[in-house]
Amino acid sequence: MSKEKIQICEDLADVMPPEYQELVATATYGNQDRGWKDIGSSKELIEQHSLCAGCPESIAFRYILASLPAPEDTVFVGSTGCTSLVFPHVAVHNIHSLFGNQNAIASGLKRTLKSRFPDVEKDVVVLAGDGATVDIGLDMTMQSWFRLEKFTTICFDNELYANTGGQESGLMQKGFVAKMAPKGKNFEKVRLAEIAREAGCAYVAVLTVSKPNRVEQAIKNAIYVAREVGPSFVQLYTPCILEIGKQSMEGLDEMKDSETIGGRFVQKEYITDEAQKLLDSIKEETKARKKAAKEAKKSVNA
Amino acid sequence: MSQYQVLPGPEAFLPPAAASMGNVLPDPGEAHIEGRIVPEDEAYEVFARKVLGAKVPTIFPGPLVLWKWNDHVAEKAKAIRELANEAPMRIIPMADYRPKYPKIEAAVEINPNHPNLTIWHNKIDVCIFIGVHCHQANLSLKIIRGGTNCYTMAMCAMAGHEDACLSFRDADLGKIRKLIDAVKKLKSEGVESQAIPFKQFKLSRAGLVDQSAN
Repeated sequence: MSKEKIQICEDLADVMPPEYQELVATATYGNQDRGWKDIGSSKELIEQHSLCAGCPESIAFRYILASLPAPEDTVFVGSTGCTSLVFPHVAVHNIHSLFGNQNAIASGLKRTLKSRFPDVEKDVVVLAGDGATVDIGLDMTMQSWFRLEKFTTICFDNELYANTGGQESGLMQKGFVAKMAPKGKNFEKVRLAEIAREAGCAYVAVLTVSKPNRVEQAIKNAIYVAREVGPSFVQLYTPCILEIGKQSMEGLDEMKDSETIGGRFVQKEYITDEAQKLLDSIKEETKARKKAAKEAKKSVNA
Repeated sequence: MSQYQVLPGPEAFLPPAAASMGNVLPDPGEAHIEGRIVPEDEAYEVFARKVLGAKVPTIFPGPLVLWKWNDHVAEKAKAIRELANEAPMRIIPMADYRPKYPKIEAAVEINPNHPNLTIWHNKIDVCIFIGVHCHQANLSLKIIRGGTNCYTMAMCAMAGHEDACLSFRDADLGKIRKLIDAVKKLKSEGVESQAIPFKQFKLSRAGLVDQSAN
């Protein structure tokens, strides 16, 4: 799909509900510089969500969808979990896979899209919870990295199985007591970022979703690297406020606490030299393009 | 085994899938009426009679004809509008398939997850699905048959729908135009529309357009 296809047939346009008319008129499909700052001033690619009130996953979704470099040419692969409740409301192509299979599905999808659309850059982005990524799907996740499949994997890490009542997951912190893990976890949190780096990911980032600019940068970096260099991985802390005993308004504080010095989610990145070179060149290009646009605007105003 | 008739409901909370009752899909050039395979031309006439005889005949266009995937689709949309004007029929869109929260606006949209709400709200007694992906159409058709007394028809671009009371297959622009021709033909023979007079609603980015101001 390209942005030219996101149009309503003229003869039936006046019966289409407002949100779809708005999507065609003001969504940022095709805008090279789209980002989180568009939220509030343009139509978002998520219409509604069915997550709990105050869930940090919902804000993570909004930031990610606002940050995709080319949503019209992006396909998400989702998996079982809270995230799968949101995909029906998203105006980006998406596929739901069996629990844990997401990276295997994405591998085939990316290769097929490459073969079917050799002249178009199609981004494949896996978005799954920690259960799908680390526990049930670790085999598929790692094998795709070993094969250097060129797509991005995003893990919404809420450190347990949230929508089944709070069971222990591999990414749960040691000693944490959950509703369905009453004795507390006996083992350390799996160091997935380091596993990703060693398994072949060219770009790895770990952060919370408390700061939208950081999320935008990490998502864009991951997708650019996946296009040119190799697999990329972003681990986002999206705490389940219900399962850790917080109120709806406390998600942001929880994320901020966890990213302070010594916290579990201090922001970190692992970037290969090749990926860094690519990101530097993109940064330079973007800077030059924006400068040229600014000057052109100035000359028009003068 | 006797033929299972796909009739308007309310049949039950969970009506059986017509396929599980032994109903088969029509071959090319054919259609089915209430489960009985018939030549396509016969179905056009029945379609026209049902539409003209209904109080609230309605077209439910789906994403395959609402969104301009290509120029051919735009032509289909134009023909659908023409059909609506000719009959006349209301147009209520099924723009996508997401479950809407906290509730849908049943007066102006239909959703495959609870299509009965739109049927009930508007008291729709005859409807036709055009451009709805098969899986979602099947889901809707069964729910409608289960909980409402609406006569369902489907103009399917694939092999047809057993769960509709009447179904065409291999939909294209020519077949939508044949629907218009069938309505025109019956009208020319003196059959009058029994539809309750209405004005097609209009929506803009701001919501419902106040048509009384026009």
